[in-house]
Amino acid sequence: MSAVTSPARQASSGMSARTINRIVIYGLLALFAIFYLMPLFVMLVTSFKTMDEIQNGNMLALPQSPTIEPWFKAWGQTCVGLTCAGIKGYFWNSIKMVVPAVLISTLLGALNGYVLTKWRFRGHTLVFAMMLFACFIPFQSVLLPMATILGSIGRFGVTLQNATGFNFGLGNSTVNLVFVHVVYGLGFTTLFFRNYYEAFPTELIKAAQVDGASFFQIFRRIMLPNSMPIFVVTVIYQFTNIWNDFLFASAYAGTGDVMPMTVALNNVVNTSTGVVEYNVNMAAAMIAALPTLIVYVVAGRYFVRGLMAGAVKG
Amino acid sequence: MAFLEIDGLKKRFGNVEILKGINVELEKGGFLVLVGPSGCGKSTLLNTIAGLENITEGEIRVEGRAINDLHPSKRDIAMVFQSYALYPNMTVAGNIAFGMEMRGVPAAERQAAIDKVSKILQIGHLLQRKPSQLSGGQRQRVAMGRALVRDPKLFLFDEPLSNLDAKLRVDMRIEIKRLHATTGTTIVYVTHDQIEAMTLATKIAVMRDGEVQQFGTPAEIYNNPTNIFVADFMGSPAMNLIPAKIDANGGGLSVVLDRESRQPIVLPMPGAPAGLAAFKDKPVIFGVRPEALTDPEGAERNGSSIATADCHIEVVEPAGSDTFAVTNLGGKGVVARLRADAKIQPGTSTPLAFNLSKAVFFDPATEKRIL
Repeated sequence: MSAVTSPARQASSGMSARTINRIVIYGLLALFAIFYLMPLFVMLVTSFKTMDEIQNGNMLALPQSPTIEPWFKAWGQTCVGLTCAGIKGYFWNSIKMVVPAVLISTLLGALNGYVLTKWRFRGHTLVFAMMLFACFIPFQSVLLPMATILGSIGRFGVTLQNATGFNFGLGNSTVNLVFVHVVYGLGFTTLFFRNYYEAFPTELIKAAQVDGASFFQIFRRIMLPNSMPIFVVTVIYQFTNIWNDFLFASAYAGTGDVMPMTVALNNVVNTSTGVVEYNVNMAAAMIAALPTLIVYVVAGRYFVRGLMAGAVKG
Repeated sequence: MAFLEIDGLKKRFGNVEILKGINVELEKGGFLVLVGPSGCGKSTLLNTIAGLENITEGEIRVEGRAINDLHPSKRDIAMVFQSYALYPNMTVAGNIAFGMEMRGVPAAERQAAIDKVSKILQIGHLLQRKPSQLSGGQRQRVAMGRALVRDPKLFLFDEPLSNLDAKLRVDMRIEIKRLHATTGTTIVYVTHDQIEAMTLATKIAVMRDGEVQQFGTPAEIYNNPTNIFVADFMGSPAMNLIPAKIDANGGGLSVVLDRESRQPIVLPMPGAPAGLAAFKDKPVIFGVRPEALTDPEGAERNGSSIATADCHIEVVEPAGSDTFAVTNLGGKGVVARLRADAKIQPGTSTPLAFNLSKAVFFDPATEKRIL
């Protein structure tokens, strides 16, 4: 009798131990998730509340009479510094800066990676090591020298303006920021692409050479179409970094109409006149955070694996 | 003047000499196979012909014109790579047409060329697929199609069959041979597989350590190897290389093969070439291919000098088409190739016939052929 029951009991006790383990693990994970999501939750619910409700109610409570008024106010009317036209202008400032900066730095990084792996030259490891070093330079140490350089570029722009009547964008704050972010991002994008292309089959490049493709034709027709995964990774990384950057933005475009979103948001929240409109501030912060979220959701879907399957033996 | 001439070609990486002066030539429509163990420089040699590697010294000429300073695309060559190197982002048709597209061939002409090639290789139904949707053999065909469509002066194959399984490899080998016979193109083919070399080539260059050991027709390489390396490398099972001694008894020379705890075998060599006499009483390496060492009934009837000796059989390997028997001569396992139905038992003594007209001798010191 006991010989029959004991294995069953053992099995059930083993099962329950596993269940307890599961409960503990998932319980802890849920706890951390709640802890992490709490600020987002507070921001979201607050942005849909009226000011009365915020002043009298519980911070965690759901809105009694939900309103999207704070979102409209943040977008179109709230005061940034002394102008009260909402954050929409600054949002577009950021877009105008981020999109070219991300695209240029990613494409240049891809080109660098292509050269450093498939068109090796004497000293290519040294060049790569130096590019890698760029990843470790702290932002702060770049600020002053870069300001000097941007100043020179601006003066050159004025000279061009006087000579030709057009400054080619030199001295423009958005162009300056694009330049800074491209330079600063190159180290990272080069690193990403070099490591990806290191494993890229060199025989494909040889085959394309025999087929008569030129340096850039190989890059455009062979390398880029097969770089989707690393391209997406780089774009997500660069977009998040550049969109969220505050230091360069406040240093080189910290005042007036040229401010990017991050600086403008800071000015909205730091305003000292009147009542602090928490709901508007929260809505503005949510709007500022949306693009990076969207990039993750949209770009993440193209994060395809196994794109290289079939290039070399299967 | 040969169609392809490689003249004193040297290739150095820093101080390391990869190719040490290669001289090879190939007639138009010929099939040259570069064969050798890995690291012998055969792929490097092919890459220099393709223009994917620079050369340090020497010259490569096609139809008398030096091509060694031309860009790969200007050499009028096509290459099939070991990994096939199909562009994964393009369809099969796109892959085949890519070279023409790069050279600005009009779309209609490209389509006609694709149709022609896909008919030859029977890949018409695959044209719209991506390489990842193809099997190994299909990829191989597409890679050949990409080379064929250009109608180049010279085809280069870099171990094209080594990624296929054994059966498919034999099929594709026949296909390549048929393709060569029907199109009459000139081919340079790299392989480490000596069977591929023997079956496909009109000329073989056996390479080792950046040097051509022997250059000749498959029959020359097989029957008259110039040194021990070539003798050992070509042929499967490999040639038996038995330490032996030359003895002069009375009028003629004879070969003496030592055996463990038995009387040595003495094989008389009537009409032995004069060169061998110089090695009287000296050690030599006696080389005999397994098919020249067989049962007396199966031995070549018209062989000019057949010598029979009783041998102690250690292992018998029936392979279906033949039976291989292993005996011990001169301290080495020696493989004899017998008829499939040969009555032979391991552990017994059986007479084996040595076809001495097919035997070769090497100097153990220089490893070179004596005669």
